[in-house]
This record gives sequence, structure tokens and C-alpha cells, in this order.
Amino acid sequence: MENEFTSEILLTRKKTEQSKNEPKQMIVLEWLFLTIAPCDAAEPWQLGSQDAATPMMQGIIDLHHDIFFFLILILVFVSRILVRALWHFHYKKNPIPQRIVHGTTIEILRTIFPSIIPMFIAIPSFALLYSMDEVVVDPAITIKAIGHQWYRTYEYSDYNSSDEQSLTFDSYTIPEDDLELGQSRLLEVDNRVVVPAQTHLRIIVTSADVLHSWAVPSLGVKCDAVPGRLNQTSILVQREGVYYGQCSEICGTNHAFMPIVVEAVSRKDYGSRVSNQLIPQTNQIAEA
Amino acid sequence: MQVEEVKTAPIDMRFPGANQARHCYTRYLEYHKCIEAKGKGVPECEKFARYYRSLCPLEWIERWNEQRELGIFPGPV
Repeated sequence: MENEFTSEILLTRKKTEQSKNEPKQMIVLEWLFLTIAPCDAAEPWQLGSQDAATPMMQGIIDLHHDIFFFLILILVFVSRILVRALWHFHYKKNPIPQRIVHGTTIEILRTIFPSIIPMFIAIPSFALLYSMDEVVVDPAITIKAIGHQWYRTYEYSDYNSSDEQSLTFDSYTIPEDDLELGQSRLLEVDNRVVVPAQTHLRIIVTSADVLHSWAVPSLGVKCDAVPGRLNQTSILVQREGVYYGQCSEICGTNHAFMPIVVEAVSRKDYGSRVSNQLIPQTNQIAEA
Repeated sequence: MQVEEVKTAPIDMRFPGANQARHCYTRYLEYHKCIEAKGKGVPECEKFARYYRSLCPLEWIERWNEQRELGIFPGPV
């Protein structure tokens, strides 16, 4: 999110005040930063979630904030009581401890209060859970993500006019030695999944051999790839960008080396991207 | 291949869960039953063809086509 705003601010600044004093190297550096830096991938020493790009992920983050509030409340309360009890239980300061065994009021309060807190947690949690299953509108596009050992195959078959024709391509990770400056290690692939933004997508996840999992944290998706099963997951990517994820089910020796990269482009550009980029890739694979 | 027209298999409430394997299989069967009843190239049957191609992985379709040719397809086709 920060990167989006930063880029917007820098773009407007560029348009309004074209300072002649600004050296050209600075402009180049700024543009380089903007092109390389924005990526919805894990940051080093990251503590929180990656920025949301779907309503589902935004719901998950909001739920996390709701629960975290109660968590801190309980943590502070319990820690205070614990530390206070330990502190005052010193043999010299309080040689004769009180022997209280019953206390009806406190017992009632300490039963009722902790049973109300989970109710406050459950309400937003169930609301999110059931909203996931709600069928709002038919998806516009179906993309199949098939897991192999140790790469992924994506099929865009909405445009087929026969069984043989299909927009299919493999997605292999880029090895460390072949990375270019600015690319992320263990996260980049040669062929990205190109999807249109602001469009309801149906992703069908399956596997051709062992269990895998198609997970992209920014999109709030984690869907297991089970051989013999076509797991359906619906997403609506709200903003354009490049989103990274990794295989999330142990699948053998290269389990850490089969990432996922989803590139969301505008609806207008989607058509041209598919015909210009992906169809030649399919033909290359077919010829090979 | 027409890329501008974005249409895909709609949500089928016969298969409300996450596993759409039955959905893919049912569409495949519907297409071939339609072909047997009405013949190839009929627009109503092409609709089912587009649906099963959208949902089913290529591997599954190729395997089923091969099984049908060999006469060992396990379904009611």
C-alpha cells in the first residue's frame, strides 16, 4: 500500500514541478526504485501481513485486528495479576499468606467474563467465514493451477474451440544464478499467471502427482492441490500488481523452489497480454 | 482463439462445495450424451464442451478421450 501511494505522490510531483535543478541520476534512481520496489512479497524481518489485494485478505487482516485487541486485553490483565501475585508472595514481605478458598462473586465474574469475550471474537470470525462461501456472481474466467514435482502448469481453457487447443504453460522458478538485479530469491518464476484486475476469477487447483498447495498471501488464498480433486477458490484482485506466494504443502526435495507469481493487469491490457505473451509461450512449449 | 469474450462455466449449485471434480465429470458426460442424442457441432452441445474444457485439466480430458476410444471409459457414455 505504501508503495502505491509513494508512486502516486512521486508521479504527481513529476508532472507538476519539473525541476531543472534535479540531476538526471536522481530521476533515474527514483524510477528504478519504483519499478523494482513495489512487490507484494515478504519483506526481511516482516512482522505483520502482506498488503491485501482482495476483499478476502482485507477481511482476514481486519479480523486479526479485532482478535488482537482482545488478545492484548487478556494478556495485560493476566500478566498483571500474575506478576503482582509473584511480587507480593515474598516470604519476608508477607510471611503469612491469606488462605482464601471461596469467593462466590469473583467466581461468577471470572466465568461470565471469559465466556463473553469469545462471543465478541466469534461474531466477526463467522461473518468472514460465511461470506467466503457466498456466491455473489459467476466468475468471468477460470484458471487451472496444476501442481507438479517441482513446477506448476497453468491452463486458461476458456477460449478453446477443441480439446487439443489450450493456453497452457509451465511456470518454473528462476534459479539463484539467473536472477537479475531487484528480483527476489526463491520467489521469481519465468512465466507468471496473468490475470485481469477487478474481475471475479475461479481458480481450480489440482495436482498431477503429490500434494501441493497454491498459496498467495496478498490475495488471501491458500488452496491445497490434491491429485484427483479439483479444488475451487474464488478471488477478486482489486488492484494491479505482482503478487508472490510459495508452495505450502510438502511435496519432496524441491518443495521450497516452486513459487507462484500472479500478475494482475487492467482488463484492457489482459486481452493483449494473453494473445501477445501467453499464446506464443504455449506454442513454444507445444513445439518443444 | 477469441480473447475478448470472457465467459466461463457458471457456478452450478448441484456442486456447491470446493471439490469441482464431479462438476467437470458431469459436464463431460453431458456433452457426450448430447452428442449421441443430437450429433456433433450442435450449439447446445458446444456449450457443454466449453464448460468441461474450462473446468477439467487437459490431462483428465485426454485420458478420458483415450479411454472412450479404447472402449474402457468407466462412465455411462
